[in-house]
Order: sequence, then structure tokens, then C-alpha cells
Amino acid sequence: MKRAVAALVAALLCASGASGGAPPHVDQALIDGDAMPPKLSAFGLFAANDPARPVASFAYTLETPLFSDYAEKHRFVSIPAGQKAKVRADGTIDFPVGTVIVKSFGWPDWNGGRPVETRLLIHRAKGWVALPYIWDADGKDASLAIAGRRVPVTFKSPDGEMHSIQYGVPNRNQCKECHNLAGTIEPIGPKARNLVLPTAMNADAKRLYFDNPEALKPVMPRWDDPTSGTVQDRARAYLEANCAHCHNPQGSASNSGLFLRWNDPVGVNYGIGKRPTAAGRGSGGMDFAIAPGNPDHSFLIYRLESLDPGIAMPELGRSTVHKEGAALLREWISEMPKGE
Amino acid sequence: MRFHGFCHAATLALVAAFIASPAAAKTISVSADTPDANEKLQEALILAEPGDTVELGAGVWKLTDGLSLDVDNVTVRGAGTKDGAGSILDFSGQQGAGEGLLVTSDDVFLTNFAVLNTRGDGIKSKGADRIVYHELRVEWTAGPKATNGAYGVYPVESSDVLIDSVYVRGASDAGIYVGQSRNIVVRDSIATENVAGIEIENSFDADVHDNIATKNTGGILVFDLPNLPQQGGHNVRVFENIVNDNSTPNFAPKGNIVASVPTGTGVLVMANTHVEIFGNAFDQNGTANVMIVGYRYDQKDPKYQPLPKAIVVRDNQHGKAGYAPAFAGGAEIAAALGGAIPPILWDGAGDAVVLDKVGVLSLGLPDVTTPQSEAKPVPADLSKGTPPAPLPGITLPEAMEAKVR
Repeated sequence: MKRAVAALVAALLCASGASGGAPPHVDQALIDGDAMPPKLSAFGLFAANDPARPVASFAYTLETPLFSDYAEKHRFVSIPAGQKAKVRADGTIDFPVGTVIVKSFGWPDWNGGRPVETRLLIHRAKGWVALPYIWDADGKDASLAIAGRRVPVTFKSPDGEMHSIQYGVPNRNQCKECHNLAGTIEPIGPKARNLVLPTAMNADAKRLYFDNPEALKPVMPRWDDPTSGTVQDRARAYLEANCAHCHNPQGSASNSGLFLRWNDPVGVNYGIGKRPTAAGRGSGGMDFAIAPGNPDHSFLIYRLESLDPGIAMPELGRSTVHKEGAALLREWISEMPKGE
Repeated sequence: MRFHGFCHAATLALVAAFIASPAAAKTISVSADTPDANEKLQEALILAEPGDTVELGAGVWKLTDGLSLDVDNVTVRGAGTKDGAGSILDFSGQQGAGEGLLVTSDDVFLTNFAVLNTRGDGIKSKGADRIVYHELRVEWTAGPKATNGAYGVYPVESSDVLIDSVYVRGASDAGIYVGQSRNIVVRDSIATENVAGIEIENSFDADVHDNIATKNTGGILVFDLPNLPQQGGHNVRVFENIVNDNSTPNFAPKGNIVASVPTGTGVLVMANTHVEIFGNAFDQNGTANVMIVGYRYDQKDPKYQPLPKAIVVRDNQHGKAGYAPAFAGGAEIAAALGGAIPPILWDGAGDAVVLDKVGVLSLGLPDVTTPQSEAKPVPADLSKGTPPAPLPGITLPEAMEAKVR
């Protein structure tokens, strides 16, 4: 289904450039300046302010995305004309100043499939800036919500269950909590190991936006596709996408000693045999974050399956339990030989 | 040289610009009864600029989400900590975030407000250097409950931390918890009915003095734990505190290290180096006034040092202690000794010097791998050791002290 969405977005991208009238354009001066415009339309990132008509350099998806209350996300990037991104040796991507990474969140069965919010990550001369916009009730524009907001939404998850939740649009500081790397904001989704470009994007198009497109070779499996990797590798991909932006030595959870990057060794730092330190009630009365062979005694699972703000992980951006993700991690822990 | 001189002039101009900037500092006042108070207050905390004060109006703030501050050199000032007159941030209806208030910027001054009933931690500051916690109340108002949040005030990974005149009650882990930090002062504060009253963990260079730690499970803890980015806790002075009646049954979630603290512990030192405990007034701590132990859990961290070393206990006043030792076998030992164990308890590993004129009970567990079931309790005389050179006091930057004067 996700691939279909990507194809649709790609098609829309092509259409938006070819539709009649003045070609839509991004307001690069606004992006490069210091302003935080109250309306999303000011940026010119969507043709006719229609969230289905992004004005983009390219759209993308991720092999394994961050879970956000089952929201469907539409992602695209706007890079200033003539500029190029570069894949760094560690697989992160160095987007030029003037880049905007745009992500819209919605559910197909909520509000006619229109997004509830669009988040911008703007690369300005002084660094990346995160700005959250919430779509107005009439759907014609979105308004800056610098302090975030709770928005009531109702949707059906893939297993058919209906959810009515107070969806949390993060405030600007909360954006930074996840995007923080050693005190500065960095993009966390688009990394070479996880980035999927539209299949329609040919080699020439890639060279238009990347210095070294040959470095864009996804290596992480799809968390939910057993043909793409072992249970352990898919579990690690899931932890990388959902946890490692905080759980790394330079992230917001640096003090935990629990480091869950794709390339971290799978040992005590990964939670295996690791006792709770500052977990508080998050330990759920258990001795270890991961007790090999015993998911019911692994508080990493306990925290993923909780909605209590004093227990739940991640701390932000989740008002539902990701049953399918938790099931994958349960399977992985069950497979570990006991006593390891 | 000319170039160097130019640079210096430029630097001076830059410094002058910074010194001038507080003149433009403003006060952003937010009222508790504003519609969308949660959003308005968060917006003020986001839009504040260095030098600004965010002023919390008096009243009860009903908050549904955690607040956060990420701007350097901001003061958050309330109208007081008392119900009915102060600025009361009530998180009883909290729906998200791991704490009530999160600070991630430097030179922040928090003063004169209360944070009540958060689902997770009360106030957390991370990587927030030169932070001052002053005249604050962080409380779970129903008293000790396992469902309370873990830490009351929680600075972590920071240099220069001052906690002054803070009241904490009901934390299911530690009321005042300083972790993985350095250059720390905790003073003139009250910690009551927490599992741990005050805890200094995996930290370097701390003075904990003139506090009252009462009715906790354990009054003041100085810990070092493995598998954390900063370990090797050392140079901690615990002095002139009142540590009494720490009798609240341990209500921490099982599994947490603090859940193993015996009810009735005064000061507990685990796996630290160079800790001085002096001039404190101890009374009514049923297990022990001072306990000195190694880290006895399995661990494979090659960088971790699990023994207490160079611990000094001197010049303390000892009231009643050891009459209800809440560790395995404690009651039997107390009975054999005529109803109480000595006020100072040592597990027998590492080294300590005790100059107080009271008894010391050693559990006779000379290394941390010996299981507690093999304890051979025996009185120990630790007065003959040579105390290491006294630690210097902690000096914080003058600008921090000026804030609380």
C-alpha cells in the first residue's frame, strides 16, 4: 500500500509541474530568511495550497518509517535550484542550505483523507528549524502551531480496530527532542540506508539533486516485509527508525546508555541484560530491558505497549500502541536463546 | 600582532554586545486562567529570548502536556509554591511527555512555583549547564504510591547544578536526583516520603548539605551504576544534613536498583570513590544511619568499578538506629545483638574509615561476587584506617549564587 502511495505522489508531482496557469514556485527568500509565517501557504510548497499537489524536487518514502499513530505520511523535499545534496560517509545526507523537508500526516478514513498537519524542517544558514503547521478546518491552508496542539482524530488501524485519540502535534521543542544530535537539529528520516526514491526517478533526475546518487543504496530491511530481512534485522531496523534518534550517544536519551542505532552492537547497550537506571515506573517491575527469550519480562516491550506518559516509549508522538511493531520485537526477543 | 590586536578588539565589541543585550530583556507574563493556558505557556517558553523572564501567574494551571524550555539564559518565575497563593502547575490530567517540565538549555533559573502529580518525572534538565532550581515544590500529593513518577527534580548530564530550597515529596524513585553530572550543590532542601530522598548518581564533585531527608525509604544515596556513559562517581560530600525517620516502606517498581534499598536507611553509599559523610544529625533510621556497600548485581562492564573506596564517616550525631534492619537476615542479626544492629553497616567490600564513636557491623562479604546468603556478620573497627585528604568544597559560578541571594 505504501508503495502505491509513493507512486501516486510521484504522479502528482509530475502533474503539478505540467498543470496550466503560472507554474507554482517555492518562496526561496522566505525559506532562507528568519520568518516563521503564520500560514503554510506563504512558502508556496503546495500548488493551490492543495496538500495533494506538492511543489517538490522529489518525493520519497522510507524502507522502515517512524510509527506515528498509524498516520499515513507524505514526504517530499524541496532543494533550491542548482543546489545538490550529498550523501556523507556515515549515510546521513547533507542537504544544502535552503532545503525544506516536508512531511504531512493524515489517515485515509479521517477528514476525507486530508492531512491533519504538515511539518517543515527548514535548513537555514544558522541551522535546521522545525515548524509545525496544522491544517485549518476548511482545509484551505494550515496555520503555524508553534506550541503544538492536541487534535481529536478518529481512524481505523490495519487490524480493523477503530481509534479515537487526542493526536499530539508536537511543539517546536518537541520536534527538536527527536531531531537533536549533540544540541543541533538534524533530519532523522532520510538517510541513505533507509531512503526510497520514487521508482520513476531515473538516474539523470537523481543526479539533478544528489552529488553522489550512487551512494543511495538502502540497506535496511522493511520492518514488515519478511522477505526483506531476518527477524533480528527487521527488529533492528524498527529500533533504528523508532528509537535511535534519541537512543544514541548524542541524542536526547544519551544518558540512558541504551543505544539502538542500526549499526550499534547487539549487546547490553541494546538492552540485553541491561538493568533499569532512570526508567522509573517504565521498568514495570522487571529486571531487564530485554530478557532473552522472554518478551513478557522485557521492559522494552512493556514501554512500547503502554500509553501511560510515565511509562510509554517513545515519550512523544504516540497515543496508540503499534501492535504490529511490538509483535515483531516480541518475536525477536522470543527467538533469543535464554540465559544469554 | 596587529592582527591579534584586531581580533581582541573585535572580541571586546562582541562581549559588549552581549552585556548590553540584557537591557532589552523582557518579562513575558502568562496567566493561569488564560484559555488554552497550556499552549500559551508553552508558546512563551518557545518564543522567549536569552535574558527574558517567563512569569507564571498565580493560580492552578491545569496542564495536559509536558512543557519544555530550550532557550539559554531564561528565568521561569512563579508567584510561590503554596496552594492558594502560588503558581501551581497541576499535571493530574497529563496525556503525554515523560516529565512535567523539560529544560535543555544553559543558564536557566527556575524559581517559585510548584509542579504537582506528573505522570513521569517532575522537572528534568538534560545537558543544561549552570541550572538553578530554587524555591520549588515538586510533589505527588497523595503521598507515597508506586504509580507516582520516578524523579522530582532530575538534572542529568550537566555541569554546575544548584538545587536550593526545593521541597520534594512522593517520588517513586528519588525526590532530588542528580545523574551523570559534575560540580553540584544540593542544599537547604526538604525531601520527604520518596523512595530515595536525595540521590547523587554517576556524578563527580558534589556537596549535599543542610538538607532535611525524612520519612523516605532511604534518605541520601550516593550511587554509581554500570553501563552508563558517565561512571566512576567520586568526590561527594554529604554534610550537616538532618537524616531522620526514613521509615517509608519501599514503594519503587521492582527491578529498579532503588527498589533494593532497605526501609530505614539514612545515607547509602554504593560503589563510589572518595565520599565524606560528616556533621550530619541521624536519628530513627531502622536499618542503619550509614550504609556502605558494593554493587552486587551481575555486570560485565569492563570500565565499571563496583566497590566503595576511600569513604570517610566522621563527626556525625547518631540517634537511634538499626532497630528494624530491613535486609535479608537483618532481624536475626539484630536479635542476636540484643535487638538492634550498630548504626553503621558495611558489606565488607572496598574500604572505608569510620571515626564516629559508634559500632560498625560488617556483613563479611569481602568481594562483590560473594552472595549475600554467605554473609558472616561481625563487628568491625574501621577507625584505624588513614583517611584520605579532605575534599575541597564545591564552588559554583558567582552568577548562579547571585540568582538565589
